[in-house]
Amino acid sequence: MQVTRRQFFKLSAGGLATSTLAMLGMLPQNALADVRSYKLLRATETRNTCPYCSVGCGILMYSLGDGAKNAKSTIFHIEGDPDHPVNRGALCPKGAGLVDFVHSENRLKHPEVREPGAKEWKRISWEEAFERIARHMKQDRDAHFVEKNADGVTVNRWLTTGMLCASASSNETGWLSQKFVRSLGMLAVDNQARV
Amino acid sequence: MALQSQDILRRSASPTQPPVAREHKIEVAKLIDVTTCIGCKACQVACAEWNDLRDEIGSNVGVYDNPADLSAQTWTVMRYNEVEENGKLEWLIRKDGCMHCADPGCLKACPSPGAIIQYANGIVDFQSEHCIGCGYCISGCPFDVPRLSQKDNKVYKCTLCSDRVMVGQEPACVKTCPTGAIRFGSKEDMTAFAGERVEDLKTRGFPNAGLYDPAGVGGTHVMYVLHHADKPGLYSGLRKNPTISPVVKLWKGLLKPLATIGFAAAGLFGFLHYIGVGPNRPDDDDGEDQA
Repeated sequence: MQVTRRQFFKLSAGGLATSTLAMLGMLPQNALADVRSYKLLRATETRNTCPYCSVGCGILMYSLGDGAKNAKSTIFHIEGDPDHPVNRGALCPKGAGLVDFVHSENRLKHPEVREPGAKEWKRISWEEAFERIARHMKQDRDAHFVEKNADGVTVNRWLTTGMLCASASSNETGWLSQKFVRSLGMLAVDNQARV
Repeated sequence: MALQSQDILRRSASPTQPPVAREHKIEVAKLIDVTTCIGCKACQVACAEWNDLRDEIGSNVGVYDNPADLSAQTWTVMRYNEVEENGKLEWLIRKDGCMHCADPGCLKACPSPGAIIQYANGIVDFQSEHCIGCGYCISGCPFDVPRLSQKDNKVYKCTLCSDRVMVGQEPACVKTCPTGAIRFGSKEDMTAFAGERVEDLKTRGFPNAGLYDPAGVGGTHVMYVLHHADKPGLYSGLRKNPTISPVVKLWKGLLKPLATIGFAAAGLFGFLHYIGVGPNRPDDDDGEDQA
């Protein structure tokens, strides 16, 4: 193809003018837009209770995967449970940020023990933890159990050990905790929520 | 989840009118009752959590405001004010963020086609892939809300959780609010509910209580119930009668068609000159060609 110098300039100028017009908004486009896609569409929804305080707000935890064998689920979003009578979907700033609490690097994930005189915490198994706690409780109770008071009245008190319960408990677990603790004679029962 | 184009009311820098057949879409609104807000910042946390934003952990600046200002990673902040009204100390806390104006200054100022969209339900949303990072929307906003990200040079602000609203849910901040100070519903219902609140406040020693839904920007889709509606400036400088800057109005309103006409006239003149007078011929006396 033969293009003279003058024709080449004309072609270039024409192209420049057309693209300028298009870029200046003269080219009609479809008025389309898109919202961010809804991120919970088929996520697994699990109900639970907020672990922070004694209000005991209901939460909905959303995790990756639909429960299939080959999918490893991990929680990526938490919001209030609108069907829970306590909070009806609302959450305080601590509850609203629970997902970062779940994935926190500082989160304690297994039992640890600091032996008398030791400076370091040492990881132990759940079985060992239960056994050690039971052993300590039994020894202390055997040594300090108060069966009768000064007047000879049967009181069955165990005053040297207390129990601190978690707040993320239903009424039923609260009832069970109370049964267990009181049947041992323990008086000092408290809840993490008051700390 | 591509939106049908009929759901769009307005589109930035676009001469083509979007289809407007769906005129029966319900206009939504968020009502922030400043009088029942306790400043707990659950809305800030829920916003960051839902929108997957984590701002840098800043430092204490001596007041409760934290972060101190909106940013590309913080789309809503609580602003705390200690003022003396009627001889009493009052702690006025306002949740700041995009007001979703009916006549959005950001959209008017935006030069990039389709970077700012107003949906039929009233939500004003940024389309990041079309954002060119010029920052005109920031100067166009009467409430100083959009923020330019230093990471990707795109502008961000509250979307009114358009992704949640489009599937029929309320925004994340509304859902989490423990005192029910933030409510969501149709603009009609929210206006009616605000009316009840204002009546109640008037009987409780706030005779100037009122709804903040400024007409200067055509009304907003985020409204406030204020104890002192006569003095919105008390609430971290909320403007009494916000309007789009006259510079933006002139540039995008009057000057734009004039400039287009001038542009077209210059092209037409060039064409007519070519037809009538013809192109410039090199002078024969010049003698350059022979040399």
